[in-house]
Amino acid sequence: MGTRSCGHICGESSPGIGEAGITGDWRDSRPVIDLDKCTPSKKNKPSCFQCWLYCPEAVISKTIPVEINLEYCKGCGICAQVCPTHAITMVAEQGRGSA
Amino acid sequence: MDKIETIQIIDGNQAAALGAKLSRVQVIAAYPITPQTPVTEALSEFVERGELDAQYVAVESEHSALAVCTSASIVGAKAFTATSSHGLAYMHEMLHWAAGTRLPLVLACVNRAIGAPWNVQNDQQDSISQRDTGWIQIYARNNQEILDSVIQAYRIAEKVYIPVMVCYDGYILSHTEMPVSVPTQKEVDKFLPKYKPHTLLDPQNPKNYNLVTLANPRLNAENVLCHGYMEIRFLLQEALQNSRETIIEAGREFGKLFGRSYGLLWKDRMDDADIVIVAMGSLALEAIVASDMLREEGYRTGVVGLRVFRPFPKGDVVAALRGARNIIVFDKNISYGLEGATCSEIKSALYGSGVNAAIRNFIVGLGGRNVAARELADAVKKSLSPSADKTLNREYPEWICYI
Repeated sequence: MGTRSCGHICGESSPGIGEAGITGDWRDSRPVIDLDKCTPSKKNKPSCFQCWLYCPEAVISKTIPVEINLEYCKGCGICAQVCPTHAITMVAEQGRGSA
Repeated sequence: MDKIETIQIIDGNQAAALGAKLSRVQVIAAYPITPQTPVTEALSEFVERGELDAQYVAVESEHSALAVCTSASIVGAKAFTATSSHGLAYMHEMLHWAAGTRLPLVLACVNRAIGAPWNVQNDQQDSISQRDTGWIQIYARNNQEILDSVIQAYRIAEKVYIPVMVCYDGYILSHTEMPVSVPTQKEVDKFLPKYKPHTLLDPQNPKNYNLVTLANPRLNAENVLCHGYMEIRFLLQEALQNSRETIIEAGREFGKLFGRSYGLLWKDRMDDADIVIVAMGSLALEAIVASDMLREEGYRTGVVGLRVFRPFPKGDVVAALRGARNIIVFDKNISYGLEGATCSEIKSALYGSGVNAAIRNFIVGLGGRNVAARELADAVKKSLSPSADKTLNREYPEWICYI
C-alpha cells in the first residue's frame, strides 16, 4: 500500500502517466507495428505520426522507430485504423481477457 | 464611533442580494424564476453600476447557473446563486456535484411550491426535496435573518467546505418589506476571513477534479493511496456532522460584532413550556403568535423554530424538548406517503432520549395557503382536547385544508 494518504476531500488527481493504474491489462488485443511499412521508419524521417496524434492514451512515441507503451495501451485499435500504410495490426492477447 | 449598520426598509430578496454583495462575491450565475427574480436583478445592477466587483454570468438554465458557480468555485472564486422551486429541482444534479466537490457556494432558495399543479406561491417542498444532496440548509424567519444568514453562510461554507443553502419563504419574506439593519462593508470584512479554496486550478500545476473514482482506495502514479468513492462520501458526512460547531461559532461571532446572535434553533417561552410547537422559516414566527394566544388561555406553550435543518441539530432539539409532554409539528412540506419532513426528524432525534411526548404533525400552508395563527392555535388545542387520540405517535399527519 501507499506510504502516504492523499488528504483530498474530493475526487482529485494530477494528470500523469499511470494515474489510473496499469491500464494495459484492460487490453484484449495489442497493436503490433510492421516497421517495414511504417512511414517514419521506412523513410527515416520524422513524418506521418498519425498513430501518435490520434492515440487517446498518449502511449505512442513520436520517435523513429515509433514505440507503443504496452503498460498503458488499452488496445482500442485507433492507431491501426488511422495508419495510412496499414503498418499496425491488432493481435489478440492470448489467454487474457478471459483470465 | 463609526456606524456599523444602517437601517433600510427592504424585502427579503433585497436582503439576500445585499448579503451576497457584502460578502464580496466574485461570480454570480442565476436564472430568473418567480419569486427569486428580484435577487438576480439587484445583483446584476450592483455589478453594472460598478458597486460590486464581480462577474454576472447570464445563463440559459438553473442547471447551467450552478454549473457556472461550481466551475468558478473550483478555480478559487467566491460564487453565489439564487433560485426557487422548479429552478432548484432543475439544479438537483449540480447540487450533488457542488457538495461532492466540497465547494463553499452559497445559494439563496426562495421557497416556492413545486408543480403539479402549477403554483408560484410559498411552501418549503422545493428545498426539503433537496435535503439529501449534502448541502447545509439554513431557514430564515425574517428579512434580517436572510441578510445575516447569507453573510454567515460564507464564513461557514469556507471553513467546512460545504455549500450552504439559505432558504426563505417566497412572498411572505421575499416580497415583504421590513426594517433591516444593513452592516457596513468594513464590518462585514472583519467578520469574513480571507477565503482559502481547497481546490485551485492552476495551469502550472494541472489537476483533475471529480475523475472516475472507484469504490475502493487505490494507489496513484506517485504511490499515494487515494480515497475511493466511499471514503470521499464518508468525509462529506463527517464534515456535515462536524459543521455544527462552525455554524454555532459563526452565529456567536456575528453576535459579538452586530449584536444579533444565531444558533441552530430559536426558542420562545420554552422555560416552563410543556406544549411545544415546532416549525421552520417564517412559520416559526407565526407559531409564536399562536403560542402567545394559547398562553393567554392558560396553556403553557413554547415554540422551537428550526434554523438549521442540515446538519440536523439532534442534540439541541432533544435538549429543547426535554420538558415537553405534547409536541405539535407544523410542516410546509410533506414526504409523500409518510409525513412532514421536520416531524420525521424530530421523532428520529427523540428516539431513545427519554422524552416520551405525544407528537402530532400538521401539514399547512402548501402552495401559499394562508396560515393564520388562530388555525395553528386551534390545531394545538385539538391535539390536546380530552377526546383526542392519546397515542404518542400517529401513523400519518393531519392536513389543515378543506378535505
